[in-house]
Amino acid sequence: MKNRDLKRREPLTDTQLLLTITICIFFTMYFAAMAIWGGGFLRWQQVFDMLNNNAALIIVACGLTVVMIGGGIDISVGGVTALVVMSCIVHMNNGGSIFTAALLALSIGLCFGLVHGFLISYLEIQPFIITLAGMFFARGMTTIVSLEPQKIAHEGFQQLMKTKIEIPWLGYIAKKGNLIPARMEIGVVVALLIVLIIFFVLKKTRLGRNFYAMGGNSQSALMLGVNVKRTRFYSYLISGVLSGIAGFVFMMHTGAGNATNAAGAEMNAIASAIIGGTLLSGGVGNVIGTLFGTLTLTTIKAIVTTSGLRDPWWQSITTGAMLCFFILLQSLVLSNRGKGGLKKMLPQWLKVTQKD
Amino acid sequence: MAKQTKINWSKHSQLLVPLLSIALIVLFNAFRDPSFFSIEITTNNAGSTVLTGNLISILNGASELAILAMGMTLVTAACGGQDISVGALAAIAGSMFVKVLRAGEITPGTIALGFVACCAVAMAFGAFNGTLVSVFKIQPMIATLVLFTCGRSVAYWINGGATPTVESPLITAIGSFIPGVPVPTPIIIVIITAIVLALVFKFTSLGLYTQAVGINQRAARLNGINTTSIKLLSFMILGVCCAIAGVIAVSRLSLINHETLLLDIEMDAILAVAIGGNALGGGKFKVAGSVLGAYAIQALTITLYAMKVPSTDVKAYKAIVIILIVVIGSPVVKAKLNQLWKKLREGKHGKEVAQA
Repeated sequence: MKNRDLKRREPLTDTQLLLTITICIFFTMYFAAMAIWGGGFLRWQQVFDMLNNNAALIIVACGLTVVMIGGGIDISVGGVTALVVMSCIVHMNNGGSIFTAALLALSIGLCFGLVHGFLISYLEIQPFIITLAGMFFARGMTTIVSLEPQKIAHEGFQQLMKTKIEIPWLGYIAKKGNLIPARMEIGVVVALLIVLIIFFVLKKTRLGRNFYAMGGNSQSALMLGVNVKRTRFYSYLISGVLSGIAGFVFMMHTGAGNATNAAGAEMNAIASAIIGGTLLSGGVGNVIGTLFGTLTLTTIKAIVTTSGLRDPWWQSITTGAMLCFFILLQSLVLSNRGKGGLKKMLPQWLKVTQKD
Repeated sequence: MAKQTKINWSKHSQLLVPLLSIALIVLFNAFRDPSFFSIEITTNNAGSTVLTGNLISILNGASELAILAMGMTLVTAACGGQDISVGALAAIAGSMFVKVLRAGEITPGTIALGFVACCAVAMAFGAFNGTLVSVFKIQPMIATLVLFTCGRSVAYWINGGATPTVESPLITAIGSFIPGVPVPTPIIIVIITAIVLALVFKFTSLGLYTQAVGINQRAARLNGINTTSIKLLSFMILGVCCAIAGVIAVSRLSLINHETLLLDIEMDAILAVAIGGNALGGGKFKVAGSVLGAYAIQALTITLYAMKVPSTDVKAYKAIVIILIVVIGSPVVKAKLNQLWKKLREGKHGKEVAQA
């Protein structure tokens, strides 16, 4: 086990290769869909819809990417998101303002992050168990807060939900001849901002580089003088806070609280991160890849729906097959890395990007 | 003499955590309501005498979990990771079982045929997971994420989108009671599975090999153990466990609902392995610990039900208990407690010396 890890951990920068592959596959898939089915795929609105529907998932997946780069796992994110949605709606329906609701969302996320971080990094308990318990707790608390589905009644918030950023030059001409601009929700802006911030933190700050060092090999990171415990603590803190924000964004999209909100979000987020080239073993990953991972997952679902496979099971079966493909691809890329075998595997035009 | 006791303790100290948690739950119940443990002999609808009571329902209800925990322990020990697709795999196996039974008349012969068929399907899917893990060197959690994503849809697809029922006294006999036997059949199935597994460990070196692979894969390979096939085998055994659990779960209700059959059981099974004192990173393992862990989880759930906690809220309380158990069992807390104990003893000793 140890030896295998050591062999794999040498370079940090091969993330770019996995990232390039993901981005290429995403664009190939999308352009293929445009060419074959046209219709909705030809409109920019399709891209914005994908972003609108998945803003919360992107935020959650960003937090998870940070944790996974640090060599951990956080499966409580979906539960925390659901808890935040439910608590904020109940809070606002009982006379709370938008500002206090946002504070509530942040503080719930922060609390989960603090507890997870403390238990995992300072008491050295396995992250899977702690965050699993966190998920159970958050899901249970959601039903304790309210078992019935709640709908938002706060007028100011309803206004906020309806506010959309219109981009006329990416719109399309409808059949009647009038221009319908592309619409983007505020949540998307938040999500993209967070992707940029996390990207900056991971690439340019000492904390970010420490995440990579810790995930690559926590023992050598410790010997290099990285405060491993504190770094691990921060990674769970970031994930917790981002789940809080994701809850708020989720609420801005749906405007309704339900005990099963964001069900399976943790596994979708993990899948997005993996497709984006993050390794669960830590040390390798990129948050831009996670963004494209989410988009790839959504595109697969859109393609399945458009292509006429209307039976309900096809969507997840294709998703599973696609996930399997990406996982195998990663495995092949990583096992051939450093042996020179990779160059033979790749087509001519990809070799250039590999040298960058 | 004293030395011998010490050796025995260290050999079985792993079972301390699950036994302690069961003892805590039992003590709590004894104080709360002594009648919790009463077992009554009643006559059921079919007219046969059966045993009822909370203890029986704990043993009965934990059957699927206990069987899955056995297989999960092996996978955890050999691969240092967990299979998160057991619930989905059990649903596939259950669907296959129902499909075979509905093809013709239900007789003991067709039930046996159905069982063989679903075992074969589950073993095939187990081998798929195992190949991803052992040949392609993918982490178990990611490799099984594929089946986790699409498994329930495959189960749906097998039966063509319906939730079919299988009504027969023979199926009821598997799910609840065999006429004339007062003990629920699932308990008997657990005992048979445990005996078979114990015999396998007794007469083959599977246990030793699994442990060797989990502790140091490279060293095991250099010693002539085929690590790939050991890992593959552990996943196939887990597949059989999933098939048995699926058959029990289908027989209980006489129908299959692919969405809810053994939902979230993968989390509970991993938890059972962890409470059983097995390292989630692989290596040394004790199947008995995991089985005790499974019963501890079920005892906790039944206790919460007996305290009139709504079934949706159970998760939150469960999470608190889980966190308490793992915090007490964490290495850091243990070391701190040991230090404290030493100090206390030294302090006492020092006082005695001073007094003398």
